[in-house]
Amino acid sequence: MINSNWWKYLGAVLVLYSIIGGLLFVNPNNLLFLDETVRNLNFHVPMWFTMIALLFISVVNSMKYLKTFDLKYDIIASKCAAVAVLFGLMGLATGSVWARFSWGSWWTADAKLNGAAIGELLYLAYLILRNSIDEPSKKARLSSVYSIFAFPLFLVFAWIYPKMITNSMHPGSGDTVGFNQYPLNNNLRMTFYPAVIGWICMGWWMSTLLIRNEFLRLNKQKNEN
Amino acid sequence: MKIKLLILLSFISTMAFAQTHENPFYSNGKIYVVVTVISIIFTGIVVYLITLDRRLKKTEKELKDKP
Repeated sequence: MINSNWWKYLGAVLVLYSIIGGLLFVNPNNLLFLDETVRNLNFHVPMWFTMIALLFISVVNSMKYLKTFDLKYDIIASKCAAVAVLFGLMGLATGSVWARFSWGSWWTADAKLNGAAIGELLYLAYLILRNSIDEPSKKARLSSVYSIFAFPLFLVFAWIYPKMITNSMHPGSGDTVGFNQYPLNNNLRMTFYPAVIGWICMGWWMSTLLIRNEFLRLNKQKNEN
Repeated sequence: MKIKLLILLSFISTMAFAQTHENPFYSNGKIYVVVTVISIIFTGIVVYLITLDRRLKKTEKELKDKP
């Protein structure tokens, strides 16, 4: 997967398709009170799907590291987490804009919003923890253990807890059902699923660039010694 | 080449699906300008990623051939 190219082009084409289709296709007229902003579903939500997918790859590689103590797994885990944090920040920013024009405020004390923000901080802490340790194997071991605790906590804060509480304004949390519970015009689905797959491919592509760069750096250090 | 064809086809299929609304945002057809602008920006970012990818591949090959 890391050496082939087809999925990179697939990701780019799917995202481009979702941009064009997401803006042009006829969408359900005024779902809830969203008017045309329902189109944000094609852009805001895939950010979170991509973040969770990359964090999943990250935690799997952290486990692999603890099993083999091969530094390459630690590199994969950390770079995936770094790109995931970027996607999370974009998810927070886009969500904030969408909230301003549907709920009237940039930020509300909603379980979903605060949970996502806490999850984001969990992984920012992961990156800071890594950068504060110089010795490579110690850095890898500590951050791998941290990552194994952080991933379930992230899911609980950003996904499970907002579903358990009784009231939330965010779709798919508390008493507000997700968009898939409404009789949707299928055009929304026609762009949403490709957008999710496309953005996950793009996120993984961005991660592999960082991973390969880090591998090169390690190789260079090895050659020099 | 295949990729260019794919992108072109996706454009064409989208044009076929797109319908104009009574909504003023669409009725004058100017939304297409926005869609084109965003598509150009996104394509530019993808081209940048591709060149980064190629550059990395070149360095990887050099390192592999060296020792």
